[in-house]
Parts: sequence; structure tokens; C-alpha cells
Amino acid sequence: MSLVVLFVFIYWAETNATEYQIRLLNNCAIFIILAVSYNLINGICGQFSLEPNAFIAIGAYTSALLTMGPHEKQISYIIEPLVWPLSIISIPFWLSLVIAGLVTACFAFLMGFAVFRVRGDYLAIVTLGFGEVVRVVANNLQSVTNGPLGLKGLTPYTNLWWSFGFMVITLFFIWRLTKSSFGRAMKAIREDEVAAEAMGVSSFRYKMMAFTISGFFEGVAGGLLAHLITTISPVLFTFFFTFNLLIIIVIGGLGSTTGAVIASIIFIYSSEALRVVDESFSIGSLQIAGIPGMRMVVFAILLIIVMIFAREGIMGRREFSWNELINLPKSVIGRKNNILFGPARKREKKPTK
Amino acid sequence: MKKVFVLSIIGFAVIFFAAGSFGAETVRVGGVMAMTGAVAAYGQDAWTGIQLAKEMVPTVLGKQVELVLVDSKSDKIETANAVSRLIEKEKVIAILGENTSGNTMAGAPIAEKAMVPMVASSATNPMVTQGKKYVFRTCFIDPYQGEIAAKYAFNELKAKTAALIVDKSQDFSVGLAKFFKDAFTKMGGKIVAETFCVTEDKDFSAQISFIKPTNPDVIYEPLYYSPVALFTKQARELGMKTPVLSCDGAQADELIQIGGKEVEGVAFTGHFHAKAATTMLAKDFIARFKEKYKTEPNSFHALGADSYFILLDAITRAKSTEGPKIRNALATTKNFEGITGKISIGEDGNAEKTMVIMVVKDGKFEYLTSVNP
Amino acid sequence: MTFSGFLQQFINAISLGSLYALVAIGYTMVYGVLRLINFAHGDVLMAGCYFAFYGMLVFSLPWWVSFSIAILLTALLGILIDRGAYLPVRKAPRISALITAIGLSFLLESLALVIFGGRVKPFHRPSIFGQVIQSGDLYFIALNLWIPAITSLLILLLLIVVYRTKVGMSMRAIARDMTTVRLMGVDVNRITSITFALGSAMAGAGGIMWALKYPQIDPYMGIIPGLKAFVAAVLGGIGNVIGAALGGLLLGVLEVMIIAFLPSLAGYKDAIAFLILILILLFRPTGLMGERLPL
Repeated sequence: MSLVVLFVFIYWAETNATEYQIRLLNNCAIFIILAVSYNLINGICGQFSLEPNAFIAIGAYTSALLTMGPHEKQISYIIEPLVWPLSIISIPFWLSLVIAGLVTACFAFLMGFAVFRVRGDYLAIVTLGFGEVVRVVANNLQSVTNGPLGLKGLTPYTNLWWSFGFMVITLFFIWRLTKSSFGRAMKAIREDEVAAEAMGVSSFRYKMMAFTISGFFEGVAGGLLAHLITTISPVLFTFFFTFNLLIIIVIGGLGSTTGAVIASIIFIYSSEALRVVDESFSIGSLQIAGIPGMRMVVFAILLIIVMIFAREGIMGRREFSWNELINLPKSVIGRKNNILFGPARKREKKPTK
Repeated sequence: MKKVFVLSIIGFAVIFFAAGSFGAETVRVGGVMAMTGAVAAYGQDAWTGIQLAKEMVPTVLGKQVELVLVDSKSDKIETANAVSRLIEKEKVIAILGENTSGNTMAGAPIAEKAMVPMVASSATNPMVTQGKKYVFRTCFIDPYQGEIAAKYAFNELKAKTAALIVDKSQDFSVGLAKFFKDAFTKMGGKIVAETFCVTEDKDFSAQISFIKPTNPDVIYEPLYYSPVALFTKQARELGMKTPVLSCDGAQADELIQIGGKEVEGVAFTGHFHAKAATTMLAKDFIARFKEKYKTEPNSFHALGADSYFILLDAITRAKSTEGPKIRNALATTKNFEGITGKISIGEDGNAEKTMVIMVVKDGKFEYLTSVNP
Repeated sequence: MTFSGFLQQFINAISLGSLYALVAIGYTMVYGVLRLINFAHGDVLMAGCYFAFYGMLVFSLPWWVSFSIAILLTALLGILIDRGAYLPVRKAPRISALITAIGLSFLLESLALVIFGGRVKPFHRPSIFGQVIQSGDLYFIALNLWIPAITSLLILLLLIVVYRTKVGMSMRAIARDMTTVRLMGVDVNRITSITFALGSAMAGAGGIMWALKYPQIDPYMGIIPGLKAFVAAVLGGIGNVIGAALGGLLLGVLEVMIIAFLPSLAGYKDAIAFLILILILLFRPTGLMGERLPL
């Protein structure tokens, strides 16, 4: 039912909305794919990984290299020509996305063997390290990635059909996964890995599963992103990208797919809205000078505040349900089992004299 | 807490939508400049130039000019975003920017598709305007710059061999290096070493150890100001006394501040020097600039201002604020008396300009000579 | 490669390694006490540079005064970070603390961008450091001798504090078992702040010397040195001060010498540090000087 609504919406948007709004919507869809798949490994499986920028990069480059025609490649590769056979391959968009996803998933699989030997903080750092290595390699492998100049002139294949289409597929897949026994196993690992192992859940197997699946979708999203902005270079895939995704899933609620969706939308739109603090704006006749860079300060402060005061994020670990939505106004006002503020705490009775 | 968060987002959105342009009778011109990042010196200088130019000529076609600035952060993706934002949200009729070739090229296709003229002030790589109708520049192009640099090295510095250090993360550097190499070898010179870096590099010891044993007569550095400063400084510290030749990217205060005494004697090709000023507009501009900022303007101030003046001139001649009309007027700019000299722009969007050769002396940029096309 | 070429690179390696060592010590001390990776440490380095820069520029202080005050201010910044950002998340799950650290790092960078502006600033190098020393084919600046010397001095002072004072003893005790130390009546928060102050002061000193070596500063300059220093800390055995120093030195040497012998890999310089990190974490997570792997 909601799919039909979405279908109609996209059709309307493709024909009526401005270029600018279409770009925003595309970005939304892509970020939703990214957030939801990042949430799979971080939130649902509980493994704190900082890998997205690496996987997005791999996906983006793979997809781009596969769709670019030989002529376009010649224009980009001015220092060193592209290696054969990549220099002559040129395949349809959807196929390149699927292959990009698979290649990234392979990387994830191989990485997983190394990465899951450690846990906690170290896991984060190792994945961060891998991310940086991927970026440096992309920056230097002149004959494959064209180094720091990157690839330009990509055909802007990504339109609302593709991005929302893949988004729906991703959401569907991950949603079903989380609800299945696989998902339950991952959550068990998140809660208490030792206990899960004791119950016969092979933690390595499920961590790998989560990681590889995340990798697949992040790779696909990378390909979509590449064909949206039509020019990619290693500088796009720094830790900063991962950080943005991290903000999104934390604010949405680690472990909640719905939260990731909501937070992505908020993130994309408020990024635009907050641009005003970067530049001058006027409220009526009042001119407030903009300071370039303030936007990031605001974001960073926001993240820290959320971590200190509202660690659960918007959704905590809960998912979407019609019931809760209908009851939302009631529970916002009520205090007993307040969705926003958590269950009411019992006041400690002070000992009376 | 979360309610506050949501409310503040809504609040921002309200402000955001309410803060549309209230001024009805203004001509909105967009500026995408590198105000932060690796080439912030060019962006900030160009913007300073543009703002002073606006003070000098604040109206066109009887309406006030309104400048809208978006920071490109010295980044290609941001430039593209900035251009599309300026066109779609801010509804500007033309765009000034960006300052470097790579970034301008990232934003150009968007302006081209929207038929909004874009005037770059200091992007010198030929590909910036190639095949585009709506992209123009107020500066010379790199095949010319590379050729003049090679001539200077060969004839004035009497160099028979040259070593190059190229910034492989910038289209501009890669292009210019190639033009220099072609011209230099055509004159009979020999390239004995070519090594690479990226803009953010701080430590050039590997590259210097590579170049040092080849004993070149000159080192050509087609880089931006930071790498030129650091590279030259480290080369001198490692005992290399070879003369250094650079490009228009070297002309930023930071070069001298960071390079210190080690960059004394660095010569480079550039766009403008106050002493070489010939036109009335130039003298006026220099006088006002000196009064306001107590120092002489450099190439980027001048080029930025020129891009503003040329755009306004085109709008005036076109008698319209429509993209295609402005575009045609820009393409027929003849002998406009700009700050950086007499400027003519043709259908290809490129400006035929005089080049200035400068050298760092006593901690300042000194004028050496001019070269006419 | 000639012997003098080798020596040339080696001197560079030692001076780079010393800088990594100084910054690595800060990481390792904080981790030892709080089990927290202070992502903002690299940015503390950057802040130290800017403090020194403004001291010289705006207040026209002689460089040695400016540097000293900058180091002090950096120490204060460290305390501020501890009290302001990390204290509230002390009881929180580790992920929250890590995310806060990352957020703090970006906050410092963005604030620096807004306050100090986006253009790189030139860092003044006093001539005592800039003098070029020549010995045959060997060229280097005096700074490359000063850096290891000053670093050794600072590390020595720190070791005295850590191993010979009561405060140091508290720090080492907390690193073993925070709860018990609290039970013994030690003000853990105070000791933690002191740890941050010392670590940050080290980073500030390291930062200033880094700026002397590469005389240009910008808001993002601390990221890469910070990450590499972290690798050095892990390499040496996180939680161990001497390990961090050795790790830093080793990392500097590896980084410079690998490129010296294989110049075509110059672009991969940064990746070397991360590869070392990955290898260490996989095969010897306790690092060179070893420490029980905390979970």
C-alpha cells in the first residue's frame, strides 16, 4: 500500500519538482540506504565499526569504472592510462551497481577475517585504519583510480526511480533480516557476546554476515552516489563521511532501522537548512552575517549534546509501528511510559526524620 | 530535550524559508569562491577584489547589484553544490568563480546546463572553457603560461635542463606541467627529473632527494602557494641552490610568510603587478585598494575585480539580465580596459592577456617584465 | 643509496619519530587512566600551535615566552575537554564515549576554522632553529637536533612525574583498577584531569615543534599526526608511557626509511602507519611493551 503511494510520489516528483528538490530527494534515498546498512553492523549487531567510507569508495569507483565509456575514461586519465580491461568495459547502470555491491561485499568478507579478531575500541580503530588505507590507495593507484584527480564526467544515471527503488529493496531486505532468526542472533551478540556463544550462536559467522551485507548495500549506495554527483575523487571518502553516518544512526537510535530512516531525512534537510548559518541571511530587515564553517560547529555540538543527554536517540531500539504512531500524541503528553523521555523513573523516597 | 531539537529544526526551516530575497529591484550575482581550504588565499583575495569593485560600480541597468557568496571550501564537490545552489535557490543571473581550474570544471557543467553565464577569474587550464558556451574567464590560459615560463627559463635563466615537481591532485598543475615540458623540450631543453606531490603534502624530502642528484639548471614548480613555499624552503635547507621558477599560483602573501628567506629569488609568471598597471580603471582601483587596505593589490584581487567589471559591462551591453544575452555580450568583449590590462574575450571564452613576470625580492613581489601575446 | 643519503633520512626519521612519541604519550596516558581513545588529541596539538602563533603575532611575545604560555594553555584545554566533554560520559557505555570523542574532535576543528579562518597561517621559525648545518654532503636544520633533545627532556620529566611522585602513582593505580583507587579515597577526577593536562601539554609541545618543522598551520593539521601518534601508542603498547615513546620513534623511522628505500611508494606514506596498525592489532594487540588487552 505504501509502495503505491511512494510510486505515485516519485512519478509526480520526477515531472514536477525542481532540480534542487530532486537532488535532495536523491540524497535522502542514498543516505537512507547507507544509514540503514551501517546500522546493521553498528546498531543491530553491536560491532562498532567505522568502515562506511571505505565501502562507499569501493562501490563508487567500481560502479563508475564499469559504466564509463572508453572515451570518457581517456579524458579523465591524463597522467596514466587506465589498465586493461577496465579501459574498454562499459556496462549498463543497474548491472554496475549490482557488481559494485558484490565487489564491496567481497572486500568486506576478506576484511572481516582480519577485523573481527578484535573487539570494542580496537575494532573501531582497525576499521578506521582500513578506511584510510583504501583512501590512500585510491589516491595513489593512478592507473586504476586516476589518483587524486578522480573520475569526472560520469553520466548522471541516478534518478529518483533508481535511488528510491534500491532504497525500497534495501529497507525490505534489512527489515526482514532483522526480524528473522539471523537478526535475533545478531542482537544476541550485541547484548552479550559470551552468552550468545554459549547458546551456540557462532558470533563470527553472524558478524561476518552483518558486515558483508552492510558492505553490499554500502557499495550499491556508493555507485548511486557516484552517478548522482558525476565526479568522484578520494577526497570525498574520508573519515568525515563515516562521521556523518555515525551522527545519523546515533541520533536515530542505534539499532533502530526506522530511526536510521528518520534521522537520514532530518540530516539531509537540516544540512540544507543550516546552510544559512554558513552564509549571511536576513530576518526581515535584520542582517546577520554568516560565518563560513559554523554549520559543522553546530553539528558537532549537537552530536555531543545528544551523546550526553539523549543517548538513545530518537527511536532508541524501537522500530516503527502504526500503534505507536497513533498513540504518539497521547504519550508525548502523558508521562508514565513516555516515548520521548523513557519510562518514568521512580522517585527515591527520602528517609523521613 | 528532543522536543527542543525538533522545534529548533522547525524554527530553522521557518527562518530559512522566510529569508528569501526581499529586495525586488536587484540584480543578483552569485560568487563561488574558495574562502576556506587549500586555495583560500585566492578565493578570499578575489572576493575582496570583487567587493571593492562593487563599491566602485554598485549598479547596473539602473538596479542595485546584490552579491551572494558561497564558499567552495577549495573542493570540487562543494563547488558543484555551490553552483547549483546559487542557480536554483538563490536564482542568480550569473556566477563569478571559481578560482582554480579543477574546481571551476566541477561546477561548469551545471552552469552550462542551466544557461547561466559563469566567469572564472583565475582558472587557467584550457579545459575549463573547452566545449562550453556559458563559461568564460578573465585570465590567460596555461599553454601560453607554460610557453612563456619555458622561454624565460631557457632564455633568461639560460637553463638547459629542468626538473619538475607536479601536484597530481590538481588539474591545473598537471596541465601546466605538460605545457611547460612541451615548450621547453621544443626549444632544445631537457627534462631531467619529474616528481609528484599532492597539495596537502608537508614533507618533500623524498621528492627533493629524487631531484637533487640530477643537478638541474632550474626547478619548475607549477603548484599552489603552500607547496611552493614548503618545497622551496626544504630544498634550500637540503642544500639546493638551483633557481626556482613557478606559476601564477605562487602569488599569495603566504608564499613569503611561510617561505621566508628561502623563497627569495623565486620567479613566476603572473597576471598583474601594480607597477605594470596601464589603464585608468587600474590606477583607480589600486588607489582605492591602497587607501582601504594599506597595501597594493595582487593578481587575485585584480582578477576578481575584473571579472565583476567585465560581467557588468556585458550586462550593460546586452541591456538584459537573461543568460543567453549576457553570454553573447561576454563573447564579444573587445579591448575592455580592465585592471589587469586590455581584455578581449572571444567565442571560446578565453581572454587574451598580457603576462607579467615577477620575482620575490626583499620579502615582496617585485615586477620584472611584461610579455604581450 | 649513499651512506650520507641514509644518514640524511635517518636524522629526519629521528626528529619525526620524536614528534610522534610526544603526541603518542598523551594518547597512552589518557587511555591508561580512562580506557578512552581521545580522538580530540590531534586537535589539541593544533590548538597548541595556534596559541603559540597568536602569542607571537598578536602579543608580540618573544618566542620562548609564547611557546611556554601556549603549552600551559594547551594543558588547560586538556582539562577543559576532560571536565566538559568526557566526565559526563564517564559512566556511559564505551561506544558513547568514543562517539563523544569523535564529535569533540570535529568540534575543535570546526571551531578553529571559524575562529582562526580558513587560510593557512605561517609559523615563525626563530633562527636558532632554522640554522642550516652542513657536514659534507649532509644538510639539515638545527631544529632536527633540537627536537630529539627537547623530546627526551620532556619525556624524562614526565617519567619522573609518573614513577616518582604521588600523583604519578595514583595515575598508575587508576590504570590498574579505578574502583579500588576510588575506594581508597583518591579523588579520581582530579587525577584524571591532571593526566589530561600532562598529556595535552606534551601534545602542545609536540605540536609547536611540528609547526617549527613544517611552518604552516591550519585547522586540520592535527588529524594525520594525531592518528599516526595513536598508531605509535598502540605499537608501543597502549597504556605504557615508555612504549608510546618507543612506538613513536619506531613509527617515524619506519615511515621515513621505507620511503627512502622505495621512493616510488612515496604517495603511500600515510598508509604505512595504518598498515602497521592493522598488523599489530591482528598479531600482537598488546604492542611491543605489552599490556593486558582490555575489553
